[in-house]
Amino acid sequence: MQGHIMAVRNARPLSPHLGIYKWGPHMLVSIMNRAMGVGLATVGTLGFVGWLVALASGEAAYADFMSCVTSCYYLGYLIAIGLTFAFFFHMLAGIRHFVMDAGAGFELKANRLWSWLTLGGAVVLTVGTWLIIFGKAV
Amino acid sequence: MGTQLGTVRGLGSAKEGAHHWWIQRVTAFGNLLLVLWFIISLLRLSSLDYGVVTAWLAAPIPAVLMALLVINVCWHFRLGLQVVIEDYLHGGNRILALGALHVWTFLMGGLALYSIFKIAFTGAAHG
Repeated sequence: MQGHIMAVRNARPLSPHLGIYKWGPHMLVSIMNRAMGVGLATVGTLGFVGWLVALASGEAAYADFMSCVTSCYYLGYLIAIGLTFAFFFHMLAGIRHFVMDAGAGFELKANRLWSWLTLGGAVVLTVGTWLIIFGKAV
Repeated sequence: MGTQLGTVRGLGSAKEGAHHWWIQRVTAFGNLLLVLWFIISLLRLSSLDYGVVTAWLAAPIPAVLMALLVINVCWHFRLGLQVVIEDYLHGGNRILALGALHVWTFLMGGLALYSIFKIAFTGAAHG
């Protein structure tokens, strides 16, 4: 029965999917928004909660956590900078969604422009944030 | 050769989904304010040393806003990951993943809230 239904379903034509469309910035921003959200919910949550638990566990545990982030120099900073970018990207893409939920910004040129600005804005905000952090550390 | 249309015809819509969609937007707006506040607060601290961060977090307003941030973020990613799971997983795997998502959400939320309250209620404890 189940197999019969699957066979019937498989015999029918499929609606067009990603493969046949010409890629545009709106598609990139859409799939990246989902990927960044998943990254924030998993890696981001783990890092944030780990930091809070270390903080609540006392000075020694907190020092261990912070040295773990900063001592494996590239890896720790890579994850932290990656999460910063993921947050700003998800934030700007979310604001873009608020506008589109209201029914605005669907014109081809506007959609293209705001997609690129989402991507560029996330890079600018990430660089700015880490310039402040590294500026204070020196 | 029929389609599966007959199995759903006459049932109407799923009669749910709008609430999920709306709460996702409401928590998104809350996150916009709360996470930006969190990032700016950390950047404004003189350092991320233990004493500095615990003194900040032990104050009433940061402690309450951090607790609200945790609840709001957990609610938002609970809704968001549910949609991702429902898009890509089917059958038993979907049910297992949704169960794991529940555990992940409440485990992370519980640990975060306990940590915040411990610091807030015991002050910037030593050791």
